[in-house]
Amino acid sequence: MPRDMPEQEKGVTQTVSPADSTAATRKPSAKEREWEKKTLQPTLEKSPERLPDFTTVSGHSIRRLYTEADLTGWDKERELGHPGEPPYTRGIHATMYRGRLWTMRQFAGFGTAEDTNQRFRYLLARGQTGLSVAFDLPTLMGYDSDHPLSEGEVGKCGVAISSLADMEVLFDKIPLGNVTTSMTINSPAAVVWAMYLAVAEKQGADWKTISGTIQNDILKEYIAQKEYIYPPEPSMRLVIDTFEFGVKHTPKFNSISISGYHIREAGSTAIQELAFTLRDGMEYVEWGLRRGMDVDEFAPRLSFFFNAHNDFFEEIAKYRAARRIWQKAVRERYKSQTAGCSLTAQQPYNNVVRTAIQALAAVLGGTQSLHTNSLDEAWALPTEFAATIALRTQQILAHETGVTNTVDPLGGSYFVEALTNEVERGAWEYVERIDAMGGMVPAIERGYPQREIAEASYRYQLALDHKEKIIVGVNEYAADEKPLEILQIDETVAHRQAGRLRKLRAERSKEEVARRLNALRRAAEGKENLMPPIYEAVKAYATLGEICDAMRDVFGTYEEVAIT
Amino acid sequence: MPEKKIRVLIAKPGLDGHDRGAKVIARALRDAGMEVIYTGLRQTPEMIASAAVQEDVDVIGLSILSGAHNTICPQLMSLLREKGMSDVTVLVGGIIPAADIPALKQAGIAEIFLPGTSTQEIVEFIHKRVAARG
Repeated sequence: MPRDMPEQEKGVTQTVSPADSTAATRKPSAKEREWEKKTLQPTLEKSPERLPDFTTVSGHSIRRLYTEADLTGWDKERELGHPGEPPYTRGIHATMYRGRLWTMRQFAGFGTAEDTNQRFRYLLARGQTGLSVAFDLPTLMGYDSDHPLSEGEVGKCGVAISSLADMEVLFDKIPLGNVTTSMTINSPAAVVWAMYLAVAEKQGADWKTISGTIQNDILKEYIAQKEYIYPPEPSMRLVIDTFEFGVKHTPKFNSISISGYHIREAGSTAIQELAFTLRDGMEYVEWGLRRGMDVDEFAPRLSFFFNAHNDFFEEIAKYRAARRIWQKAVRERYKSQTAGCSLTAQQPYNNVVRTAIQALAAVLGGTQSLHTNSLDEAWALPTEFAATIALRTQQILAHETGVTNTVDPLGGSYFVEALTNEVERGAWEYVERIDAMGGMVPAIERGYPQREIAEASYRYQLALDHKEKIIVGVNEYAADEKPLEILQIDETVAHRQAGRLRKLRAERSKEEVARRLNALRRAAEGKENLMPPIYEAVKAYATLGEICDAMRDVFGTYEEVAIT
Repeated sequence: MPEKKIRVLIAKPGLDGHDRGAKVIARALRDAGMEVIYTGLRQTPEMIASAAVQEDVDVIGLSILSGAHNTICPQLMSLLREKGMSDVTVLVGGIIPAADIPALKQAGIAEIFLPGTSTQEIVEFIHKRVAARG
């Protein structure tokens, strides 16, 4: 059993607060100094400010007023540039939302494949063109629905998929040639993607034109969400195998969505979210290059997925800085020309008003795709009613507020530009520290990002406990509320799944399954790309659990050292 | 004579890996002077019950967000009874629908802490509970 680390091994965490570092060198103009003396000082003497220090939700210090003194040495052409051009601070397209609105895509998946197939067809009938699949925990961990560890978890947090037979039901009467599908699957991503490709093939859809995204971001699993199966090295091999397979066979499919969302949800600051996610992106590029891939060929298929948290301007600065850092990293480190990275955002809170504000921050930050969480998301998978309000929130932003009328409306704001610079600087400091450790994989093995996040989340909890930070309705203005109507998944789902697995195991060719699983085991022992043997095993109706077990036999499993 | 420290096992049952809450609570209880053992991820009820016996804990705190509480909690409670650990206080923190709470309490869970609970509230609850038992 993993134990607590002894005191002396705990890292000393320093809070990165770049705002403080610029304060000393700041040189306000004569006019600004005069304003401070003549207008500000008398005001402060008469009525002091509400707090000694104003900070973002991440604990980042914010000045009273931002002026041109906060942008000294800031080269407008180099740091801001123009939309659709490096460094992409103002957005990756010249016309942004005047040309095309962001993609509105809502997450769905619960119960059995039949249940989710019905929801998908309902959403498609209402004009949604993209699907987004949530899988249950056994699927995410590579266990079949009838595995002992799956007990109580089948169909709860997403749809249960144990074999190609389930995947065929999930996409029954949904033409994969015409929809784009985003699949939130990581450790077993290669297997689930192979199932999707097998369904596409059976439907007669062309692999060259089908599009969608698999999350496939294993690094953030070790860092934050902890849904890993194998140790980092073989896991990274599987990710690069999917990159290689994708470049060759499915050029329109995004083989990864590098995710900061889960890092933030684990309690990181905005700067940590940005830094760890972009450093993960750099790690994938480095592993791809080591495999002999051409960066210009696979870098455009990388996309990033960030959280949209409560602090409005910090979030806007984070998105703007993300594009700029990625552009600089890819150009300077990997000598690629293509670096207009695309961003996705998602909101974590179960509250309609907060979601609207968070979504607005993502839009003002220039996102390309937006998931708005439903008001019941913290409790269960969304009901149809809640999912509809979440979608309407996006439509109101797009069509009523006027924020889409111009590109990067906040560009040039003293505050937004200064904050973008500070967030960028803080993120680079982390990137350099991780470089010094030899990259993200060694940093994860040392528990570095995990410990930084645990520190930040504990600091935030203390700030809430002491009411230094307020969450309305939680630690202030709390009142009893009537419980929401939520979607309940009962154990009949598990029984239906178990029955279907029994039938599948009885009807398929045992010899063919054994042969394909042995071939996969042999391939895993060697160096070849594992996508083809996985695909063959999937087509023989080997189950997800059997395929993942074949690789567990060779790769072993990963246990983290628990840090508290 | 120094007072005996309260011993707490923080456990994360089920397949879910979201351990933010478990880690924050482990640290808050330790900062409040308790002896805290964290099991790490993906513990079965058997593993948790054995650890509770081995570590001779006063309190078990379960962190569950995945919806598997109705399966896990009754299993753990009956294992604890079998092992003669019925006097251990079992707490649950996480995403628990209001409708499920009465049945969990019936099964012997001492208290359920929902998102937004302050760490002081949990510390105070444990102190009161352990003091009452003597």
